[in-house]
Amino acid sequence: MQELINRAKELLANGTVARVLGWKAGDLPYNPEPAFFTTAEELDNFVYNGFCGANLSKYMIAASKLEGKTMVCLKPCDTYSFNQLIKEHRVDREKAYIVGVGCKGKLSIEKVKDLGIKGITAVSGAEMSDDAETLTFQTIYGDKSCAYADAMLERCHVCKGKEHMVYDELIGESKDTKDAERFAEVEKIEAMSPAEKFAFFQKELSKCIRCNACRNVCPACSCRKCVFDSTKFDSAQKANVDSFEEKMFHIIRAFHVAGRCTDCGECSRVCPQGIPLHLFNRKFIKDIDELYGEYQAGADTDSKAPLTNFTFDDAEPSIVTKR
Amino acid sequence: MQRIGVFVCHCGSNIAATVDVKKVVEMVAMEPGVVHAEDYQYMCSEAGQAKIAEAVKEKNLTGIVVCSCSPRMHENTFRTAAKRAGINPYMVEIANIREHCSWIHKNVEEATEKAVILARAAIAKVNLNAPLFPGESRVTKRALVIGGGIAGIQTALDIADAGYEVDIVEKTPSIGGRMSQLDKTFPTLDCSACILTPKMVEAAAHEKITIYTYSEVEKVSGFVGDFTVDIRKKARSVDANKCTGCGVCQEKCPSKKAPSEFNRGLNTRSAIYTPFAQAIPNVPVIDRDACIKFKTGKCGVCEKVCQAGAIDYTQQDEIVTQKYGAIVVATGFDTIKLDNYDEYAYNQSKDVITSLELERIMNAAGPTKGHLERLSDGKHPHEIVFVQCVGSRCSDNRGKSYCSKICCMYTAKHAMLIRDKYPDVNVTVFYIDVRTPGKNFDEFYRRAVEEYGVNYVKGQVGKVIPQPNGKLLVQGSDLLDNKQIFKEADMVVLATAIEPEASVRQIATMLTASIDTNNFLTEAHPKLRPVESPTAGVFLSGVCQGPKDIPETVAQAGAAAVKAIGLLAKDKLTTNPCTAKADELMCNGCSTCANVCPYGAISYEEKEVNDHGIRETRRIAVVNNALCQGCGACTVTCPSGAMDLQGFSNRQIIAEVDAICR
Amino acid sequence: MSINNEEFRPKIVAFCCNWCSYAGADLAGSSRLAYPADVKIIRVPCSCRVNPMFILRAFEKGADGVIICGCHPGDCHYSTGNYYARRRMTLLFSMLDYMGVENGRTRVEWVSAAEGVKFSQTMNEFVEKIHSLGENVRLGDLRCKN
Repeated sequence: MQELINRAKELLANGTVARVLGWKAGDLPYNPEPAFFTTAEELDNFVYNGFCGANLSKYMIAASKLEGKTMVCLKPCDTYSFNQLIKEHRVDREKAYIVGVGCKGKLSIEKVKDLGIKGITAVSGAEMSDDAETLTFQTIYGDKSCAYADAMLERCHVCKGKEHMVYDELIGESKDTKDAERFAEVEKIEAMSPAEKFAFFQKELSKCIRCNACRNVCPACSCRKCVFDSTKFDSAQKANVDSFEEKMFHIIRAFHVAGRCTDCGECSRVCPQGIPLHLFNRKFIKDIDELYGEYQAGADTDSKAPLTNFTFDDAEPSIVTKR
Repeated sequence: MQRIGVFVCHCGSNIAATVDVKKVVEMVAMEPGVVHAEDYQYMCSEAGQAKIAEAVKEKNLTGIVVCSCSPRMHENTFRTAAKRAGINPYMVEIANIREHCSWIHKNVEEATEKAVILARAAIAKVNLNAPLFPGESRVTKRALVIGGGIAGIQTALDIADAGYEVDIVEKTPSIGGRMSQLDKTFPTLDCSACILTPKMVEAAAHEKITIYTYSEVEKVSGFVGDFTVDIRKKARSVDANKCTGCGVCQEKCPSKKAPSEFNRGLNTRSAIYTPFAQAIPNVPVIDRDACIKFKTGKCGVCEKVCQAGAIDYTQQDEIVTQKYGAIVVATGFDTIKLDNYDEYAYNQSKDVITSLELERIMNAAGPTKGHLERLSDGKHPHEIVFVQCVGSRCSDNRGKSYCSKICCMYTAKHAMLIRDKYPDVNVTVFYIDVRTPGKNFDEFYRRAVEEYGVNYVKGQVGKVIPQPNGKLLVQGSDLLDNKQIFKEADMVVLATAIEPEASVRQIATMLTASIDTNNFLTEAHPKLRPVESPTAGVFLSGVCQGPKDIPETVAQAGAAAVKAIGLLAKDKLTTNPCTAKADELMCNGCSTCANVCPYGAISYEEKEVNDHGIRETRRIAVVNNALCQGCGACTVTCPSGAMDLQGFSNRQIIAEVDAICR
Repeated sequence: MSINNEEFRPKIVAFCCNWCSYAGADLAGSSRLAYPADVKIIRVPCSCRVNPMFILRAFEKGADGVIICGCHPGDCHYSTGNYYARRRMTLLFSMLDYMGVENGRTRVEWVSAAEGVKFSQTMNEFVEKIHSLGENVRLGDLRCKN
């Protein structure tokens, strides 16, 4: 972390960048938050640890409009999002100085809590320099510990790899965290009966409070004005007026990011109701891979997205009933 | 709120027999926005239209719903009526209660109920309609023809004869194209040069035609009626204004080892050259890769011998920028490479040749001065085998899936000409099918068989094996006799598949014209608009659209010219107002819409916007109304809904959905 | 659930492209090829104009089935529209299936202007299918139903 801070100070001092986009400590030991830093003094609050799950690439949309370059810290998976934003002309590559930061898997406080660890006052073992094997917590109920992997976000178990897709320089080590199949959960649902599927999603989606956290955090959901806030679809005033509303919102949201979603998993991470929203996006990714050939959004900046492309002998929609 | 009038048509008994029109009138009168509702025998009649005009005047209508037959039938009628009555024609919607209702349902109650629902949907839509106005765009009265073969020449001549300026851009040093390489043409056997060169001369002499040879289209921008094109005139190293075409430079040029493109590499040419004697313009070019002066700095013979002082080694490429109203693509074809067809030993034996090479051999100006001889040893052949469908109608991906269409006929021609001139030569043709549809074509083929004794064998050639004695062992099958054939031949001629000229891909990209998997340009409609590209203002002439022979090419060239003339004859183009439109405050500038637009109608501008007090420069999609055809692909791909289709807007369609599901 | 004992009358929305399928429906009409009145057609310029929002909206408002008809692949008036529509609808239908919605409630059919018979047959089949599936309860607002 100190290496990152030193480098950030250096870049600020020599005028390469006008500001730094990273994370600062939150009011709890496990909730660092995205922050801009413009002076060396401010950078003393800079943190980068296992809880820094936030994907900062979306902030670069606004930062691209600012005077001068922004040093932005991007984890390997975040760089996919950044590439996708370049492709969609939402960020200016020239306005970003990308420091690719190492990643040993990001942590989910919800998972920690699920392990029965509550009342946390301090955490150790989550620093960048740690080996990401064990986490120890000081809690008001005494010291507790757990395996690092057990507290990791779902997305890190199905990690796309620790290679940065776009960067100016790299700082920090990474560690391979993939230990599960990316589509296993989707396949599990696919294998259910229609009634079970319906019950599953009904249960999950009925938790939705339409807080829009998923939408606000999603780097692909970066529309200036969302259709669900727009008068142009007659869908704006409809928050939670009927039982289908959440389903419609989540289907359309997933559809709008289909072929653009890099599977960064931020939607699930931020959902206050713990809805596994990534299951929608990942279903589309799986279908696209199977029907139209493997495609990873954000792996490049010039490929044709699956939904803006076609082949003459694409599968007919009736394939859905045949599978 | 609109003031809507609803007019329910009886269509005699066509509607009224199954739909209770009075009931429909009664029901729709209660719909929001409806201030007038009536029924009439025949709404489309003069009297019916007069009723609309009357109601517009009396009730101050702003929108009209006609419940009648299909909009495909009378939408225009009612739009015109509305216009006459002083309402914007796009404030009219039709509820199709005949084809989609009264004609298919028997139960009056059901049909009436459905008619009411269809009317409600139309009313809901009209409530959200807005007046639309067709735009206008100007037309530059000049056409560009890309490609100077027979297709391009014919198109250019036809357009020029109609009184419009035409430019031909040809990438080789002379116009003439493939046809200039042919010896004789089927089925009349007239000499190709004799019918082509007069057209070449006519094109060159035409006061309305400008020819850019040794030139390529570099950049295309703009849209139908108003294209801007950059043409790269490659450096000829010869001043066309000074050159007299005497030919001394070519004679004296010491570098004579470059393969002659015109003779398909069967012989060589000098570094300074015209492709063939009748080239137009008759101005040579220096092939800088072959020229000793350019390679070593020493030589300069051509400069010394040129009396006119036309040689200019310092000449540079030149870019000519010109505006056009219409563009015709006539880029033609080439034969496929035979690298995937080792079994025919094309690369192993000089005596295995393509049909186009045979054309050059048979031609008096060709590498053998028109004498039929083996290229390996110059000997007169006695046994010639023709192999059909080499790379055509190919089921694997070595060749082309399509039929090259011309091979059956030219092979019959070759066989006949050889038998006529050299009765001592035996000719065998291996074929899959003989396809000779066309005027006098089958008669021609039968003459080859019946009068000239050409031996046609139905079957494929499996292998051609060069023999130590210089002969070629042809191993084939005779499907009709069900036996293997082994034949020693002196020459083997391959009817090689044709494919679009390689440069067409690049040109199609520049024009945003679509091409199919075989690189043939796609028509706007395969049956009804065969010479138009889906991109407005771009027309297709000749083989670039699909395999065809000379008469077909000339016919299509004429058709493309007529379409271009039809466009150039207009001073202004009226554009369809039902086009896409981006809401600039909502647009993300993400380019997704442009990626799906089949017409290249969407571009992006850096535009200053005022978004509720925030002033900033944003990248915003702009739809060119002259290009947009209103399909709506962009509207669905746009995640924010910034892109909408006028006349079929998101809100309008949703209103219809709601009305139907109510 | 229905409070009276009336026979189930499904609400079916058919989106038809202007150039092929709408004309096919017209031909079905002029050929007097009957199909149930439950089908209501909305004219769109091209199948690629059909936004998934429209389909979900229809279900939300109580539709029991939605069918999209367009030109046959390769015959699109706008040359490529139905290819995009095909991908979009395939993914959308797959998602609905994944969420446990009966996949018979949605359908895409390519109907040319000459296929009046096919149009009528398709609609008859589709209505029959919706009858067999019964009222749509998994999509849409339950309160719309009674």
